[in-house]
Amino acid sequence: MPSERELRRRLRSIRNIRQVTKAMQTVAASRMRRAQSSVLASRPYEDRLRSVLNDLGPYAEPEAHPLLVRRPVQRVAILLVTSDRGLVGAMNTNLMRAAFRFAREKPDVGYVAVGRKGIAAVRRLRAPLIAEFTGLGDRPSSTETNVIARVAQEEYVSGRVDEVHLAFTRFVNTLRQVPTLRRILPFVPEEEDIDALPPLEYIFEPDPATVLGSVLPRLIEVSVYQAILESIASEQSARMVAMRNATDNATDLIEELTLASNKARQGRITKEMLEIATGAEAMAKG
Amino acid sequence: MPLHLEVITPERRVYEDDVDMVVAPGSEGYLGILPHHAPLLTALGPGEFRVKKGGAEEVLAVFGGFMDVRGDRVVVLTDVAEHAEEIDAQQAREAREKAQRAIEAGALSAADELRARAALEHALVRLRVSERRRRRR
Repeated sequence: MPSERELRRRLRSIRNIRQVTKAMQTVAASRMRRAQSSVLASRPYEDRLRSVLNDLGPYAEPEAHPLLVRRPVQRVAILLVTSDRGLVGAMNTNLMRAAFRFAREKPDVGYVAVGRKGIAAVRRLRAPLIAEFTGLGDRPSSTETNVIARVAQEEYVSGRVDEVHLAFTRFVNTLRQVPTLRRILPFVPEEEDIDALPPLEYIFEPDPATVLGSVLPRLIEVSVYQAILESIASEQSARMVAMRNATDNATDLIEELTLASNKARQGRITKEMLEIATGAEAMAKG
Repeated sequence: MPLHLEVITPERRVYEDDVDMVVAPGSEGYLGILPHHAPLLTALGPGEFRVKKGGAEEVLAVFGGFMDVRGDRVVVLTDVAEHAEEIDAQQAREAREKAQRAIEAGALSAADELRARAALEHALVRLRVSERRRRRR
């Protein structure tokens, strides 16, 4: 049984911890709301752009554009999107476990790492790091994320890698975020959509090559942008939940410690009264 | 059978409704889309995007992107789209003047000149769109 003083000391420090986690929870909650609404608002754009490209499936011959070329896969790039900061529960760990498991099945893997956590993990693995990006903040502009997309495209077009995969944490809801891997290069139209496609004669303005040439790089940019927004929404949600759990745990502990400290105090007083009573009795006898 | 129109930017869904006709600023010039149009995919320039519905007309300013027409579904994916009432005419006028001054002053690098001309074009589109709204009132 720890002493009364010991109990009080722990109680004080846990109250301080709760104050900190409570503050972090409040901050994460407000960032979370913003990040969630922006991820939901931007999803339709990517979905539609993808479905436009799927409509173009029959025209998207592998030789029509450098981003469609399919090569035998010898080297793969993984664009790994993690958070800069921790205290997000298992989010980064889960994503990296999925990404590294995936990487083991590929012949030769290089990483484009976004976020400090991912960069550190890739370094620990001593895996090749093609490029690294940090400090995107809560609301990255597409100008910032397009730089990252450009790196991925250059690696692919130059032939240094034969596939590019995105690894990010997809936001489902506040309590659920899912590690997700998706190939972004080369772009291959989804098969089922091609089957469903009636033999349409599309009109292109100005012409198919120009239109494909502007839609395809846009899809890569948008996929990267979206993946980063998904990760930010996941990060803020995971942090909010982690901090809420920490605050709840601190509250439970405080309750237990308060009880223990009161018991100790009561025990001490009882003991003191007993001593006084015994003393008085002895005096009366004497 | 109406056209189902969606105008989407990376930030938000700007417009979604069933409409009678749209007139879009294609890269090769303005083009009108009525129901049962042939499948079409076109790049969009900066310009006025007009939407006709039940005799009324609404105008949006769009800047770049694509329009996909398939069946009776029209999807516009653009970097920026603004409703007429969202446009700050004063700000657009200032942008126009600034760009004009920059171009007239000359001595711009090729890239800067291109940027100034693009800024000018954007400002002019915004002004035309907000102008149209004022006339209608």
